[in-house]
Amino acid sequence: MSQNGHKVIGTRPIRHDGVDKVTGRAIYGADIQLTGLLHGTVKRSPHPHARIKNIDTSRAEAHPGVRAVVTAHDLPQIADKLADLGEAIVNLRDASNNVLAYGKVLYKGHAVAGVAAINLHVAQEAVELIDVEYEVLPHVTGVLEAMEDGAPILHEDMKTTSMGEETDKVSNIANHFQHKMGEPDDGFAEADVVIEREFTTQTVHQGYIETHNATALWNEEGQLTIWTSTQGAFSVRDQMAEILQMPVSKVKIVPLEIGGGFGGKISVYLDPVAALLSKKTGHPVKMTMTRDEVFEGTGPTPGSYLKVKMGATSDGRLTAATAYMAYEAGAYPGSPVGAGAGCIFTPYDIPNVQIDGYDVCVNKPKTNAYRAPGATNAAYATETVVDEISEKLGVDPLEFRVKNGAKEGTRRADGPVHPRIGCIETTEAALNSEHYRSSLAKSANGKVRGRGVASGYWFNFNGGRSAISVSINPDGTINMLEGSTDIGGSRASIAMQLAETIGLEATDIKPYVVDTDSIGYTDVTGGSRTTFGTGYAAHATGQALIREMKERASKLWDVPADAIDFEDGVFSYRDDAEKRGSFKEMASQAGDAGGPVVAQVSTNPDGSGGGAFATHVVDVEVDRETGKVDILRYTAVQDAGTAIHPSYVEGQMQGGVVQGIGWGLNEEYIYNDDGSMTNASFLDYRMPTTLDLPMIETIIVEVPNESHPYGVRGVGEVPIVPPPAALANAIYDATGVRLRDLPMSPPRVQKALAENGG
Amino acid sequence: MSKKVHVQTTINGEAVDFLCEPRNSLLEVLRDDLDHTGAKEGCNNGNCGACNVIMDGRLVNSCCVLGVEADGCEITTIEGIGSAANLHPLQQKFLEHAALQCGICTPGFIVSAKALLDENPNPTEDEVRYWLAGNLCRCTGYDKIVRAVLDARNGA
Ligand code: FES
Ligand code: FES
Repeated sequence: MSQNGHKVIGTRPIRHDGVDKVTGRAIYGADIQLTGLLHGTVKRSPHPHARIKNIDTSRAEAHPGVRAVVTAHDLPQIADKLADLGEAIVNLRDASNNVLAYGKVLYKGHAVAGVAAINLHVAQEAVELIDVEYEVLPHVTGVLEAMEDGAPILHEDMKTTSMGEETDKVSNIANHFQHKMGEPDDGFAEADVVIEREFTTQTVHQGYIETHNATALWNEEGQLTIWTSTQGAFSVRDQMAEILQMPVSKVKIVPLEIGGGFGGKISVYLDPVAALLSKKTGHPVKMTMTRDEVFEGTGPTPGSYLKVKMGATSDGRLTAATAYMAYEAGAYPGSPVGAGAGCIFTPYDIPNVQIDGYDVCVNKPKTNAYRAPGATNAAYATETVVDEISEKLGVDPLEFRVKNGAKEGTRRADGPVHPRIGCIETTEAALNSEHYRSSLAKSANGKVRGRGVASGYWFNFNGGRSAISVSINPDGTINMLEGSTDIGGSRASIAMQLAETIGLEATDIKPYVVDTDSIGYTDVTGGSRTTFGTGYAAHATGQALIREMKERASKLWDVPADAIDFEDGVFSYRDDAEKRGSFKEMASQAGDAGGPVVAQVSTNPDGSGGGAFATHVVDVEVDRETGKVDILRYTAVQDAGTAIHPSYVEGQMQGGVVQGIGWGLNEEYIYNDDGSMTNASFLDYRMPTTLDLPMIETIIVEVPNESHPYGVRGVGEVPIVPPPAALANAIYDATGVRLRDLPMSPPRVQKALAENGG
Repeated sequence: MSKKVHVQTTINGEAVDFLCEPRNSLLEVLRDDLDHTGAKEGCNNGNCGACNVIMDGRLVNSCCVLGVEADGCEITTIEGIGSAANLHPLQQKFLEHAALQCGICTPGFIVSAKALLDENPNPTEDEVRYWLAGNLCRCTGYDKIVRAVLDARNGA
């Protein structure tokens, strides 16, 4: 038995889908084989900004083995319409134009045509035979340059919305918003220490190892089936229905196993193209991206410019903070600057705050969600400034965070008031950790060492819609169908919550992620919502099953249902100790008293997703000659509410940390003057490997979320937020030089040290 | 399209014949023609290890080997390392340590780790990290993967 009196929650069972995955049997999107399958690929723009004057597909169509070619002219043209895709609001016309460019290409890698052929090589040959005539336009890839008057304009019809009002100004700034609380000027006047700094971050990619894929079959009755790897099958269904202008009832999405997403596998890219190619050919068409297509043609997370100013009194109280945040949206509006603004000062209780956010189009791929979208950029700025203030005040940076930490009742600058949260508890756990209490030994090899800390916040979405359908087998096991993509162990975490509720073992539940025709609408696996929201549904399903089983027992025992209790997994009749049976025993008889036992539940909880806080501690060693930063030790502390399966909570923390380390130390899209990404491969876009890292220590704090029956908070996203700032603070501790531009890669560190005498 | 070539190999202990174009990689042949989809494509240019197989005792990126080069070779894929009824110790340890999240990298890691343990049954953590540096995982941060491999060592 685990702590808290739970039998299943808090234990570490082997995940249900584990054996299939370690033996290579699990079927991922690209693994599907269908009779008569054709293979498709995409023709992409070589220019970052150009008008499409003409597309001639005739040579490609005549190539032996080619079965069909499609362009944007095969897509219905759709009006401006906003839709919520789970982690972002998307304009569907933009989404359509991003799938196949119409009129203009807006980034290198923008899709302009699709080809289906008898095999991939033939399709790739045909792509070279599509003749596109472009009028090349000036381009802009930097966020500040794109905001300047006279910058090349991506959308001639896009007028800036400012403070909620559409203005007459045509510019690349899609939106400027402001959050204000108190009077920042007054707050700064009270402060004894005021620090204002500028920061830049570069475009980075989610870097999931499985590339995008979609296999479509548009049959003669007009029914479209798509097999794909996605974070949300229903979201894909909605997007397909809108982009192809067809009823949702004509679209079925079959989600196959997914090889990572991190927010990047919500938008559709290939799916509509594969559908059009299937419609034209009458055959199923499989499309998969190459790695360079993933980098250049799918949504990374934005580069950004931030200016943050914070002030504190000499006794260590934050009095005011302001932020100017400009985020690259990429080719179409919709950067995560809004989410970033909701997170930027949230670990702190600050009375006077102003935040100005700008969503700016640039000639890069349309950005997309990436694990706590917008929050990592924001924390890099805030957490570095907080480190500087603590230093100026001569206080321990974690003590400073505890003293100024947000708690229940603290208001965020963007409006909401915190429910019960674990911000201070998490910081205290870091402060008291063995790692933080230990002293850092000096380097023996001429390198320098330092320690840094940083905190982070992510909202966690409020549950959202989830459906679960269960049937009880006569042996007492349960088939559990769900609509939530399992991207890293959520079959287990959801099945465990059902098992806990009805007194079974995790292994008694057989979870299946099923297609959109087989389960009720379920929102995407994103926003750290799944273990919270679909777990909430699993608990409700357990309750429904208990009610139904009581009805069955009432018939079998011929006693009133309301006199039957269910406790510790056993049904019993209050007035007769003989009349009792475990869930399993009752399951074997229940079918005789009214047919098979089934239950279907859907939920959309209105309570809070709980809010996640993290504080990280890192020790680094810096080679002053080469600028290389090695990580000696790393500890991540996080409030998980209640850890359902602690191994997978730790796994989320460790994985998030390492993505944050990559973002902090190496990863970036490197652009040349032509607006082309020059490092679109895993060799040159340098993600961390085993050799770059130590073990990642984890400390799970559990401050239960009052909005969930088991206290769950989402855990997936916040661990990516602190690492870049924690590393910057550690590098400063080691060298005396502050780095305010990401990534802190060897050449940048070396240059900064040379310039600042570190 | 060029003429297909007849290739004779042994895959997971069974004699296998196939026809492939000279331009087809071993990974393509395994996945598209031989129904061995356990090897995954993450990059198709030797940088991620998701496609790894063991060829005549040597760990290779199957995306960087041509199908025709496999002629006369013995190949071990993830499908040959263990089965549900008879898991290899590495597979068992990956499950126990929760060393996978999405699992797309897992076959490649297990094949690579097997090649390591075949060569060095008792590697140190550094040796494990050095050997596995050719396999990318974006989900786990590697911690649990390294622990699983260390735990699967002989005498561990
Ligand atoms: S697919 Fe072969 S190394 Fe990446
Ligand atoms: S578990 Fe997802 S890439 Fe390794």
